[in-house]
Amino acid sequence: MPEVGGIFIQMEDEIASMNAILGASSAGVKSMTATSGPGFSLMMENFGLGIMMEIPTVLVNIQRGGPSTGLPTITGQQDMMQARWGSHGDYEVIALSPSSPQEMFDFTIRAFNLSEKYRLPVLVMADEIVGHMTEKVIIPDKKDIHLVSRKKPAVPQEKYLMYQPEEDLVPVMANAGDGYKVITTGLTHDEKGYPAMNAEAHGKLIKRLCDKILNNKSDIIEYEERYTEDADIVVLTYGIPARSAVRAIKDARQEGIRAGLLRLITVWPFYEEKVAELAGKTRALIVPEINNGQMVREVERCARGRTKVIPIPKFGEMHHPEEILKVIKEVNP
Amino acid sequence: MDDLIRKDRMPHIWCSGCGLGTNFTCYLEALRKSGLPLDKCVIVSGIGCAGRAPGYTNIDSYHTTHGRAIPFATGLKLANPELSVTVFSGDGDLFAIGGNHFIHAARRNIDINIICINNFNYGMTGGQFGSTTPLDSKTTTSPYGNYEHPFNLVYVAAAVGAVYVARWTTVHVRRLANSIQEALLKKGFTFIEIISPCPTNFGRRNKLGEGLDEMKYYREHSVIKHFIDPKEADLTLNGEIIVGKFVDIDKPTFLDNQPDLSQKQDNKVTKT
Repeated sequence: MPEVGGIFIQMEDEIASMNAILGASSAGVKSMTATSGPGFSLMMENFGLGIMMEIPTVLVNIQRGGPSTGLPTITGQQDMMQARWGSHGDYEVIALSPSSPQEMFDFTIRAFNLSEKYRLPVLVMADEIVGHMTEKVIIPDKKDIHLVSRKKPAVPQEKYLMYQPEEDLVPVMANAGDGYKVITTGLTHDEKGYPAMNAEAHGKLIKRLCDKILNNKSDIIEYEERYTEDADIVVLTYGIPARSAVRAIKDARQEGIRAGLLRLITVWPFYEEKVAELAGKTRALIVPEINNGQMVREVERCARGRTKVIPIPKFGEMHHPEEILKVIKEVNP
Repeated sequence: MDDLIRKDRMPHIWCSGCGLGTNFTCYLEALRKSGLPLDKCVIVSGIGCAGRAPGYTNIDSYHTTHGRAIPFATGLKLANPELSVTVFSGDGDLFAIGGNHFIHAARRNIDINIICINNFNYGMTGGQFGSTTPLDSKTTTSPYGNYEHPFNLVYVAAAVGAVYVARWTTVHVRRLANSIQEALLKKGFTFIEIISPCPTNFGRRNKLGEGLDEMKYYREHSVIKHFIDPKEADLTLNGEIIVGKFVDIDKPTFLDNQPDLSQKQDNKVTKT
């Protein structure tokens, strides 16, 4: 970091790391931290603080197996629901899932941009295989990288309110040292940033924190679709299993099976509409995950029984394309 | 001093007889006298009665989570070294749940100031014992008397590397304000402990009387012993209170010790 004018600090634990990046972002810089497994649990406490104070920052979780110390340096996708619900309380999150080192680079930049735009900590939910993989990565020229920065207050200090939302429901953020007399708290607060201990203020705040994400889903959600127009069977995937799934559907097509792929790039918020649409026109949705079946619950919820939802759980290793192909063949009449 | 307070947040939540109002005033006075540009001064806290102080202060203020004020403050300072960052929080917040952060920020010599209000218990949540509660003291969770050995905070702070360590009580208003001012202007990790009355909880359960009685006790039992070994400054329930400045040294901060790679930075710029 010093070579590019940045600061690196190795904190005493992941609780501290999460807080340090929130503090750094509050002083106006872009900040991030990375962890795996247990560290993610420790970060959850103040991930919530970042959501509540609306502080942009980026948290990368290279997933391994859990619970507890679990499976260090061996792959997993077992923190997908923790990413969604890991801190206490009601909120929405943004999480991106890369399937390659190139995407690790690209999605981390996108995570920064989304965090600055919507003012929240954004998650990059990768896994050990992507984390350790060596593959060609093209790093573009700095001028070709699209960067977003938080909105700065345009009004004088007396008129500035810390948490007054703009049209997109995102308030304008003053940094420490900008002269705006920032007031912020992890308590439920009003538009001034003052603590407001009542049901009305709480409902208003939580609704806005959720709606600033949900109302902007079309901007936030990114995905990849292959052969879904005529597909009878769709493999719904994210992260590293997507690489096996691509091979499986190609092999299935070779055999005349109308298989397709939906790869979630933005895993949270969940692309409910797309899954509901696919459920209405397919025989089955197959969901390979390196866990006992987490995102598949979301798929089932959105499918509402209109198609067969088949999980392919896996532990500590990625799926072989054959395993996915086998399930495709089983549901193909 | 009115301009340093968010008047529309008054009345504050602190109980009658609590030392926090006085301690807070000493901080504001020190802030004013320090001559530091107020737009560059930040106050950060964790959770608890003392943790409410930032919300009343009319400068950049961050009321964070329980025990986590120090790492948050570390981030603020490293991201913008122009800022003067002060953590104003309680003993439970800084030394029980937040103890690990305290020792490591001091060890690194992060250039921030810590003001710790020590009222010997968790006042906000009903008066439970904590890591500073003297032996034999009664609290809601030690009804038969506390049987855990407490921290001696100034000894801890000195041992882990703070460059400035002092202890005062709420009754020492002038010395306390001067000490805070000195800490604000000092480079490096500074620590000031303020022994402060909590008549609602700790005082009542230990029959220490009203806030005023506790203040009288401080006046009668405090002994100023500058630069003694803080190891000798243990606190007991009914004993003397050793106050004063114990450490005032200079050493490079975390940022001072950053490697100078400006040459490499230039290389980097020309390369890309």
